[in-house]
Amino acid sequence: MITVSGLRKAYGDVVALDGVDLHVGKGEIFGVLGRSGAGKSTLLRCVNLLERPDEGVVTVDGRELTALGPADLRRARRRIGMIHQHFALLSSRTVAGNVAFPLEVMGVGRAARARRVAEMLDLVGLADRAGAYPAQLSGGQKQRVGIARALAAEPSVLLSDEATSALDPATTQSILALLRRLNRELGLTILLITHEMDVIKAVCDSAAIMSAGRITEAGPIPDLLAKPGSRLAAELFPLPPAEPGTVTVTLAADQTLLSRLARAYDVEVALAGGAVEPVAGVPAGRLRLRITGAGTAAALADLRERGLLVEEDA
Amino acid sequence: MTWSEMSPLLWEATGQTAVMVGWSTLFTVLFGLPLGVCLAGTDRGGLFPAPAVRRVLGLIVNVGRSLPFIVLMIAVIPLTRVLTGTTIGTTAAVVPLTIGAVPFFARLVETALREVGRDVVQAAEAMGAGRVRIVTRVLLPEALPGLVAGLTVTVVTLISYSAMAGVIGGGGLGDLAVRYGYQRFETTLMVVTVVVLVVVVQLAQTLGDAVARRLSHR
Ligand SMILES: Nc1ncnc2c1ncn2[C@@H]1O[C@H](COP(=O)(O)OP(=O)(O)OP(=O)(O)O)[C@@H](O)[C@H]1O
Ligand SMILES: [Mg+2]
Repeated sequence: MITVSGLRKAYGDVVALDGVDLHVGKGEIFGVLGRSGAGKSTLLRCVNLLERPDEGVVTVDGRELTALGPADLRRARRRIGMIHQHFALLSSRTVAGNVAFPLEVMGVGRAARARRVAEMLDLVGLADRAGAYPAQLSGGQKQRVGIARALAAEPSVLLSDEATSALDPATTQSILALLRRLNRELGLTILLITHEMDVIKAVCDSAAIMSAGRITEAGPIPDLLAKPGSRLAAELFPLPPAEPGTVTVTLAADQTLLSRLARAYDVEVALAGGAVEPVAGVPAGRLRLRITGAGTAAALADLRERGLLVEEDA
Repeated sequence: MTWSEMSPLLWEATGQTAVMVGWSTLFTVLFGLPLGVCLAGTDRGGLFPAPAVRRVLGLIVNVGRSLPFIVLMIAVIPLTRVLTGTTIGTTAAVVPLTIGAVPFFARLVETALREVGRDVVQAAEAMGAGRVRIVTRVLLPEALPGLVAGLTVTVVTLISYSAMAGVIGGGGLGDLAVRYGYQRFETTLMVVTVVVLVVVVQLAQTLGDAVARRLSHR
C-alpha cells in the first residue's frame, strides 16, 4: 500500500533521511520507532510529500506520488489521512467545521457533508461536542477530532505522527483501540510513528526502527522478535543486565514450554527477569532464566528446537 | 462662543472626519489586505515563496511607512488630481490617507497571518487543499481576530492622520481645532473638539477590541 524506496532528504548539512526503503502492506498497522532526531517525522512527511525528498520514490495505493504534478498530487493527498502530533485543528472552526474541511476540499455537497460529519463524530464519540471550538476541548478530545478529520474523506491510508504522545495512558488506550477498530472494520492501512513501546505492543503488526536517517530493522513483529540481537525485542521487553550463567529466551508464539522443562529434564529453572504479554495478537516476551542441573544443555536444545530464540549470556 | 454656535461647526467637522476615515479605511482594506497576504506568502517557507518579489514589496512598504504623513500628502498631489479630479477638499484627502495607511495596514496583516501556525497550514495541504483555498479558508479565518485588531489600530491612525488633512482643505475635527483654537484663540471650541476626538478614538478602539474578542476562539 505504501512503498518508499531510496529516500534521501537533507536539510543543509543535516541528513534527515539517508536511503530509506519501507513497505507497508494493505490493511497493515506499521509502527516506526526511533530516537528523537532519527528522521521519523521527516519520513512520514515524505510519504504525502509535505516534504519533498531529495531522492527516492514514494508510491501510495499504486500511484507514484513523486511523479505527480501539483493538481494530481492534491487529488492523491485526499486519499491519505494524516493525524498530527499537535492536533493542528483550525481554532476558528467548530469541531464539526474542522471535520467538514477535507470534505469541502473534495467538493462534497452541504447535505452529504453534514451527514458524513455526524457519522464521523459518532465514530469518535464526540457527537455531543459538534458545536464546541477546539480551545474548549481536552487533549484527548482534540486528538479524536483530528482522527475524525483525517478519516472523513474515507482515505485508504492513515499517517499518524505521535498521535498519542501528548495523552495520558487511559486516553492513549482508547485512541489505540479506535485505530485498531478502524483498521479491522475498514481495512485501513496505518503508518504510525511513536516513541512509546506500548503503542507498538498494542496495535502494530509490523515495525521498523530508525536511527540516524536509516532503517536498521523492519518486518512483522514476531519475525523481529525471533531475530538474534534484535533491538526491537530489547526495546519492547527490556531486561535487567545479563549475568554469567543466565540465558535469554525470546518467545513470539503461543508457548507453554517453560514449566515442562523442569519436568522433562533434570534442571532447575529460576526466573531472573522478564515479561510476557500479547504483541500483535500473540503472547510474546523475553525472559532471563538461570537454568542449572545436569540436563541444562538438553533443555536449551529443546527450546531451540521449538523455535525459541535462546541466547546464552556471557 | 456659545454651544449653539459651536454645534453646527462640530457636526460638520465630525461628518468630514467620518467621510475621510470611512472611505480611506475601505480603500486601505481593499489594497492593504492583498498586499499583506503577498508579503506573508512570498516569504521563505510561505505559501508561494518569491524572495525577489518580497524584497521589492518590502521596500515599497518601508518607503511608504517612513515618509511623514504631512510630506506624503503634498507629494501625492499629482496622483490625487488624476484620481479625483481635484487636489483639495474632503474627497481629495482620501487619496493620501489611503496611501499612508496601506503600507501600515499591510504590515499588520502580514504579522497577523504569520501568527497562524505552520502546522495548520500544512494540515490543510495534507488534505489536498490548494493555495487559494488555504488563503481564504485557513489563513484569513484563523487570523481574523488579529486582522480586526490591526484594522482597529489602522482606523485610529487614520483618525489622527485625518487631523492633518486641513492642509489640503479636507476639513475635519483636527482642522477645526487648528483653525478656531489655535488661529482664533477659541479655547473652548478647541477643548471641545479635542474631547470629541478622544471620544471617537476611544469608541473605535473599544468597538474593535470587542469584535476581535468576539471572533477569537483560542
Ligand atoms: N525543516 C527542517 N529544517 C532543518 N532541519 C530539519 C527540519 N526538519 C527536520 N530537521 C532535522 O532532521 C533530523 C530529523 O528530524 P525529524 O523531525 O524527522 O526527527 P524525528 O525522528 O521525528 O524526531 P522526534 O522524535 O524528536 O520527533 C533532525 O536532525 C532535525 O533537526
Ligand atoms: Mg518527530
